[in-house]
Amino acid sequence: MENEAEKSPNGYEPKVVAFACQYCAYSAADLAGPTGLQYPANVRLVKLPCTGKLDVLYILDAFENGADAVFIAGCLDGNCHHVEGPLRAKRRLVLANKILNELGIGADRLGMYQMSGGESIRFVEAAREMTDRARQLGPSPLNQRKSAANE
Amino acid sequence: MIIAEQKTLEEIKQIVAGYNKLLVVGCGTCVTVCFAGGEKEVGILASELRMARQMDGQQLETVERTIQRQCEWEFVDQLKDAIEDCDAILSMGCGVGVQGLAERFPTKVVLPALNTKGMALTVQEGLWAERCAGCGNCVLDKFGGVCPIARCSKSLQNGPCGGSVNGKCEIDPEIDCGWQLVYDRMKAINMLDKLYEVQEIKDWSTARDGGPRRINREDLRL
Ligand code: SF4
Ligand code: SF4
Repeated sequence: MENEAEKSPNGYEPKVVAFACQYCAYSAADLAGPTGLQYPANVRLVKLPCTGKLDVLYILDAFENGADAVFIAGCLDGNCHHVEGPLRAKRRLVLANKILNELGIGADRLGMYQMSGGESIRFVEAAREMTDRARQLGPSPLNQRKSAANE
Repeated sequence: MIIAEQKTLEEIKQIVAGYNKLLVVGCGTCVTVCFAGGEKEVGILASELRMARQMDGQQLETVERTIQRQCEWEFVDQLKDAIEDCDAILSMGCGVGVQGLAERFPTKVVLPALNTKGMALTVQEGLWAERCAGCGNCVLDKFGGVCPIARCSKSLQNGPCGGSVNGKCEIDPEIDCGWQLVYDRMKAINMLDKLYEVQEIKDWSTARDGGPRRINREDLRL
């Protein structure tokens, strides 16, 4: 059965890209199903070997290719398989936020969440929060320009 | 190595305004190591510029290439095939690289994406600091291996000045006083007495003041 809470009231459905670490957030997302938790179908998952692998270019690629919001989901501080992945990811976000603001896309379309591999509920919350935020913000300015150009 | 920093997006947007197909060229040596103009930065800047153009309701096509060095013909020549149908080249090399491309492709517009800052040491991840000003007549032997030209804000050879406070330079409390560093180093190597020698006025004709410099090695020329 369709979950109405997962739908936008005005019919606009944003595309949300999640870059998830395979050791925590990706497993958490995987576990959501068997646990009976739903997250919005707007979210497309990209598996990273570690959030330390996150590259500013991945984020820009996502927006350039139509994402309305992007979030990074990594391990809790101190719990990273590669020791400091989330710390590095947070550093990368400094540059990504700056670029998004300079471009006029806005850093509020980018988020970061941390969780353990068993915390499906935290992944689901993150997915809902970012999807809601994207619904409120509307289509990314880049997507707006693209659809205006195509009309 | 040579350090450089990317110009602001706004500035680069203005520099490339009017060109619709850009060859964005990275350099695989110094500016890769200081994260200003390597392959990764080429990808990021090209993406930024495409999106910026779209935000203005226009299109920009980019071709991305990174060569090992923009300051050597062997590598620069590898760009020949990519250059033909591009309106302009945006170089992410240092100033030498930009000019290398311009000299090799005399009919092409070559534009800079970086500001070249100087010769520096990687002090720690993400932090580079100038160590040599290329004065053309190295005097590091007299100062315990600490350069008074590059590390003293006034390039004093008979320092320090009166502005040295708690080891910091008067121009900025974040900057070490070069002369404090010279003193500490000379003390550590038991050569403090050498600092009593008064240095004569430096002949700056070996530096930029003597005009553009070149090195000509007859033994190496073909
Ligand atoms: S003395 Fe001159 S050549 Fe030597 S490190 Fe200083 S600026 Fe460079
Ligand atoms: S305070 Fe030290 S580094 Fe600064 S100008 Fe004076 S001698 Fe040079």
